[in-house]
Amino acid sequence: MKYREEYRNPEITKGLIRKINEMGRPEIRLMEVCGTHTMAIFRSGVRSVLPETVSLLSGPGCPVCVTSQKEIDSIIELSGMGVILTTFGDLIRVPGTETSLQRERAGGCDVRIVYSAFDAVEIAKKNPDRDVVFAGVGFETTAPTIAASILTAAQQNVSNFSVFSAHKLVPPALFTLMASEHINIDGFLLPGHVSVIIGEDAYRPFFDAHPIPCVIAGFEPGDLAHSIYMLIVQIANGAPDLENAYPRAVTKTGNTKAQTVMDRIFIPRDSEWRGLGEIPGSGLKIRNSFESFDAEVRFNIPQTESREPKGCACGKILTGVLTPPQCPLYKKSCSPENPVGPCMVSSEGTCAAYFKYYDE
Amino acid sequence: MTTDKILLDHGGGGKMSHRLISEMVAPLFKTPHLEGMNDGAVFDAGGRRIAFSTDSYTVDPIRFPGGDIGELAVNGTVNDIAMCGGEPAFLSLGLIIEEGFPLSDLEDILKSIARSAERAGVSIVTGDTKVVPNGAADKIYINTSGVGWVPDHVFLDARNARAGDLIILSGSIADHGMTVLTLREGLTFSSSLKSDTAPLNHMVKRLLSSVGGVHVLRDPTRGGLGTALNEIALQSKVGVEINEADIPVRPEAAGACELLGFDPLYVANEGKLIAFVSPDDADKALQAVRNDEFGKSAAVIGRVVSERPGKVYMKTTIGGTRIVDMLAGEQLPRIC
Repeated sequence: MKYREEYRNPEITKGLIRKINEMGRPEIRLMEVCGTHTMAIFRSGVRSVLPETVSLLSGPGCPVCVTSQKEIDSIIELSGMGVILTTFGDLIRVPGTETSLQRERAGGCDVRIVYSAFDAVEIAKKNPDRDVVFAGVGFETTAPTIAASILTAAQQNVSNFSVFSAHKLVPPALFTLMASEHINIDGFLLPGHVSVIIGEDAYRPFFDAHPIPCVIAGFEPGDLAHSIYMLIVQIANGAPDLENAYPRAVTKTGNTKAQTVMDRIFIPRDSEWRGLGEIPGSGLKIRNSFESFDAEVRFNIPQTESREPKGCACGKILTGVLTPPQCPLYKKSCSPENPVGPCMVSSEGTCAAYFKYYDE
Repeated sequence: MTTDKILLDHGGGGKMSHRLISEMVAPLFKTPHLEGMNDGAVFDAGGRRIAFSTDSYTVDPIRFPGGDIGELAVNGTVNDIAMCGGEPAFLSLGLIIEEGFPLSDLEDILKSIARSAERAGVSIVTGDTKVVPNGAADKIYINTSGVGWVPDHVFLDARNARAGDLIILSGSIADHGMTVLTLREGLTFSSSLKSDTAPLNHMVKRLLSSVGGVHVLRDPTRGGLGTALNEIALQSKVGVEINEADIPVRPEAAGACELLGFDPLYVANEGKLIAFVSPDDADKALQAVRNDEFGKSAAVIGRVVSERPGKVYMKTTIGGTRIVDMLAGEQLPRIC
């Protein structure tokens, strides 16, 4: 890939870090909304070279983590209904109220990890006498391919394939974050991958309503340092702006083709987020015209009483109110081997990132 | 949420495996050999020391670029013996075959085993064959056990690393794990990815006969380099510091890791070793490893320190520092 190595060039990054350190600002709190950013920040060691006055907080950007307990429970219930339940790897270890997909699989349920919803369509073709359900969890990044898999299944008459849609949309969550009374953030590092799909303009209504420094960021060390630098400059100048520091991948309007496919299959609906509660228009429902591919319509999923794990601070961690070491369960009863909450499970989860990389 | 059932994570080679062995297996058998958590056991037999190791192979798919399950089964056990300082000599071969498995495929695997044994210089001297009903196993599983003599002057143990030691890695990491994964998932974007499966006993013999200051050898298989370094840091009660920029990762493997969200530090290798060597001997040791056909891109990747015992730190390319933990769960099942 061209233009990638430059963003990994240690000298350029070190230069940016030096500039940031020379600015000598008072306390600044920045939130990276995307879980992949959280991991990239830890892995590159950016945190360890920033001035102590700059704090990076993780936001609600890990899809598995923000999925509500009710949705997790429904997916686990589905796995016990005789179907082949297909899912991305992260979800399988997330604890529901009583159990997890991993435990159900060890107990005999047919749960399979796939890397794409299209794999699930293929499994459905090979098992015409079984129902194959894909657990659709993710943001605008994953929703278009899942929409495309439904279109493909429809075109090829794969009638035993369906999707449980727990998809979430990022911009509505930003509004909710800003409305929270606990919020204490000076700027946002906006997600790179999501922005590739939705485009820079998708954040405009949010920025107009809440003019706070916003920079769309990529994932290489150079991207991160550059984006953090841009945010600090905006803050220093008292001139909040919506800027795109990832123009090699993100355009103003985004990937319109992906948006069209998504729009053909899904329609926004209210959705419950872990940590943020019910957010208007922040979920995606499969349109009635494709309802035969909607697992919620096809199956009568028993509604059990969902409870979030006792003492788990995932909700507060997802909104930057607490950091993982402030959770009473962190590294005690909650660890990646025995996760209590989803933030400790996912490869993009804040608690998993801290557990793996944070050295107190 | 604890579990009352075996999960795939228990076989992943990371923390869950470690705990299963140290909490459930080792206490029941009470042998000092198990406590070292080495790749094999070394014990006295009539005045000579013997290294003994066993391993089972369940890789899916059974053939992959760079090798197959047969080659893996020979190299894996040969390497485990070599990591104990042993010169592998004899191997056993146990086959568990699913009913309906094509005889021609079996013959291919057996031929591959024969070739690999010849290359490593070991003899297959005993074996066993079981066939289970269709569906009770997936195609074929192989177990190999092996023994080798440990030269009198060699004393390797995961507990022997000491402050000041330099850490040599014999070549690029993450090739095997990413090859198997991308093949299994039908991702053909990186056609040049190839498993690194290789016998390391000749390299080890050369290394141990050229320098005296080798304290620990380990082949970073499941759990990868990150987990292997952590195990040694824990066992030897020392700290480990490595430099990201010095760790060789081939661009194909790095690209596959990036696309699929894997950290190369935790991806399995099947033909690499790490050596903890006293600083005075490090140059000669590096040269000895590089002189082997499987060690051409060997590099010094870090050193042992007395501070922060049990922990592994990495200096990142941009000058930051981060901790490298042991792999917690299963990155990827059935890679070997």
